[in-house]
Amino acid sequence: MADGVAIKKGALTGLLLLDIGGGLLVGLILLALATLAARAIERPDVLVSTIGDSTVWNAILTTFAAAFLAVILLALLGTPLAYLMARSRNRALPLVEALVDLPLVLPHTIAGLLVYLVFMRYGPLGQPLGALGFSFEDAFFGIVAAMLFVGIPYYVDAARDGFAKVPIELEEVARTLGAGPQAAFLRIALPLAARECLSGAITAWGRAVGEFAAVVMIAYYPLVVSTLVYTRFTQYGLADTVAVAIILLVACGGVLVLLRRAATRLWRPDAPA
Amino acid sequence: MLRIESLTTSLGDFSVRDISLEVRDNEYFVILGPTGAGKSVLIETIAGIHFPSSGRIVLDGRDVTRTAPWSRPVGMVYQDYMLFPHLDVGENIAFGLRQRRVPAARRREQVIEICGLLEIDHLLGRSPGSLSGGEQQRVALARALVLEPKVLLLDEPLSALDGPTRERMRAELSRVRRLTGTAVLHITHHFEDVFALADRIAIMRDGRIVQVGETGDVFLHPADRFVAEFLGIGNIIRGRSERFGSVVRITTTSGVTFSAASGTLGEVVATFHAEDVILSGAPFASSARNCLEGEVLGVVPCGSTIQVRLDVGFPLTALLTRESCHDLALSPGVRIFATFKASAVHLIPVGS
Repeated sequence: MADGVAIKKGALTGLLLLDIGGGLLVGLILLALATLAARAIERPDVLVSTIGDSTVWNAILTTFAAAFLAVILLALLGTPLAYLMARSRNRALPLVEALVDLPLVLPHTIAGLLVYLVFMRYGPLGQPLGALGFSFEDAFFGIVAAMLFVGIPYYVDAARDGFAKVPIELEEVARTLGAGPQAAFLRIALPLAARECLSGAITAWGRAVGEFAAVVMIAYYPLVVSTLVYTRFTQYGLADTVAVAIILLVACGGVLVLLRRAATRLWRPDAPA
Repeated sequence: MLRIESLTTSLGDFSVRDISLEVRDNEYFVILGPTGAGKSVLIETIAGIHFPSSGRIVLDGRDVTRTAPWSRPVGMVYQDYMLFPHLDVGENIAFGLRQRRVPAARRREQVIEICGLLEIDHLLGRSPGSLSGGEQQRVALARALVLEPKVLLLDEPLSALDGPTRERMRAELSRVRRLTGTAVLHITHHFEDVFALADRIAIMRDGRIVQVGETGDVFLHPADRFVAEFLGIGNIIRGRSERFGSVVRITTTSGVTFSAASGTLGEVVATFHAEDVILSGAPFASSARNCLEGEVLGVVPCGSTIQVRLDVGFPLTALLTRESCHDLALSPGVRIFATFKASAVHLIPVGS
């Protein structure tokens, strides 16, 4: 009896420790947000003038638009790649996987350097695309290129996991029922992996919105939200930076939560399409 | 209907080598073989999912060896049914018709017709995840049959089902085949799948066909030891079946009679498991059982059990535990009674 109680106590302590451990992380985030909010409230005049500042809203608009375009391009180019990676038995596959994940481990300044080298005026892609009228250095498309580059692993890995979960026999059955390889992909594999693709797209979008180093190296202007915070911090001081940060936080966080909500509403597992 | 000539396909660890066989019009053909014999590779090659490295596949007079799967008049049903989880039952069945761009109204008619045939009308709006194994099987069959294939390929269609569902599905396959007239090629590792279904069977081993023939012939005359052991059913007796009340009575070539719960009449091969035979010192009285008197020929230890060979007018094998063998004091020459249920006996008609 006494032993039983002792074990129960031990288990409870264990659970408590786990809760404290988990709580610490959430607490840390809450503490950071609370500190920021407290600082912002200290100077309501700065907060109000910042809300009226068109630079801030332009930065938010530029960031969201560039991130959105980057994710669209990622989905167009990354979905076929993810599908091929999920289905391939090629021996070169681990190499491709490592390449796709490379932006994850690269310091973002190096990612920025790579993007700059490729997309600058005389870069291997910058030059031909420049001839077509797309410029990247200190330009909107430079931001898109940087966001695309760092977003690759987030989108492709998620989409690949989604496709890997779809039994190949489902597509084979579809093919015996008259579907060509394209129809089997579009009507079977893609709808069944759509949830993961969408989830990967949202994560990649979130990553793109937060990107600083890679973006700033090719396009300091037009300002994105991360660059704006950095310039305010180095040029204006803490009060202005805090005001900008809290507006950006509410805008980005709000959109991310809305997107996730919409995604779970749209894609319920096993629901008929 | 379907002719395969010297077909060779390799796929990773599995391969089929130099396979030739023919499935005739309206025929139910079963390929039997242990797991890993290459049966799945064979039917997936026939469906066009893999291309053979050599050989030919002729379907309904047309060489389809190198054609795309969607252009072949075959229907395929996988063991795990492989219903599309994001589509409801009706959409699953209509999938092939949509691919063929059948107009919506006509599509609806055909789906309803095939659902009526398979008695799944009530499932139309359901999601595949909510169906039982037997229901999923019927939907998978409907999805393949609605396209009116010349040959229906079935990959272990009964293996994933529990006992009673299995028996119902067996009857269902037999009925569907009768109604549609589609030739069926059914692969399985379970020899009991052939009962009441197969017109002819082929035995497959290590990617090769080792024997092809009328079901009864193969059971009576296994080509080699492998086939005999694979069909390892214990008791295989040739006889003549006649109606006897609600059952049939089999008269063996040696004149001994016993009954079987079956509707098959005429020349037959009767089979039953050695495990289904009970031995006793005195006869059982129950009328539902066959009770034959005979003499012990041999007692062979066989793992944890003992195989007893008897002569009851025909050779008969029984499988006993060591304890019951000891209790009965079995040894060659002892007179004994062998009892088995009429329902344990399966009959395979022998070609006329």
